[in-house]
Amino acid sequence: MEEKVNNYRTAPFDSRFPNTNQTRNCFQNYLDFHKCNKALSSKDQDMAPCEWYQRVYKSVCPMSWVQKWDEQLEAGNFPGKI
Amino acid sequence: HALMIVFLISTLVLYIIVAMVSTKLTNKYILDSQEIEIIWTVLPAIILILIALPSLRILYLMDEINNPLLTIKAVGHQWYWSYEYTDYEDLGFDAYMIPTQNLVPGQFRLLEADHRMVIPVESPIRVLVSADDVLHSWAVPALGIKMDAVPGRLNQTAFIASRPGVFY
Repeated sequence: MEEKVNNYRTAPFDSRFPNTNQTRNCFQNYLDFHKCNKALSSKDQDMAPCEWYQRVYKSVCPMSWVQKWDEQLEAGNFPGKI
Repeated sequence: HALMIVFLISTLVLYIIVAMVSTKLTNKYILDSQEIEIIWTVLPAIILILIALPSLRILYLMDEINNPLLTIKAVGHQWYWSYEYTDYEDLGFDAYMIPTQNLVPGQFRLLEADHRMVIPVESPIRVLVSADDVLHSWAVPALGIKMDAVPGRLNQTAFIASRPGVFY
């Protein structure tokens, strides 16, 4: 897992999102990162495995979208379920 | 030349029409031919379906096989593009078109930008196109790509630049 993250070049082909529209790919990885963080931190485990999702969403999502979602998370009105 | 050919062909067609209509040789017995008509309608239809199904499958497969080495986001604004290279760190910049009066001799009118999108040569690249305000469209005809930029949507396109150079 660590090797996979260390050799990271860019988000690989995800067969869940094979078509042109990658909006869901971005949103899903953002959600997965935060869900993973929440799950592992509630069990007091190391959050290193979540790094993959973070690298992928950083590669795929526009910076303005990530900023907006981060602000929404802080304010508590993020529309997704985490 | 073209008009000569037009007259040639139209004379030929008119002659054939007149010859077909005014002939005395008519066979009264070839009238009803239901069976063969059915065969030569259904058989081509089946052949076309057999061609269409693998063709559609390949069309969608072409979209999938990728393995890009780099992901770039092109976001359209009114009226400039911003490019983001975020695989390793958050790098982003705006690219405005160079106005015609500021061009240097040798540059292309309406095509040059102050900051170009730089890509590694001979590498599969994924470009995710989106927009910030209204509909835009991102195209580089020299690389054979065009993708619409829709606000709230992320459209993926991929390409490989096989030679070094500047592409417009």
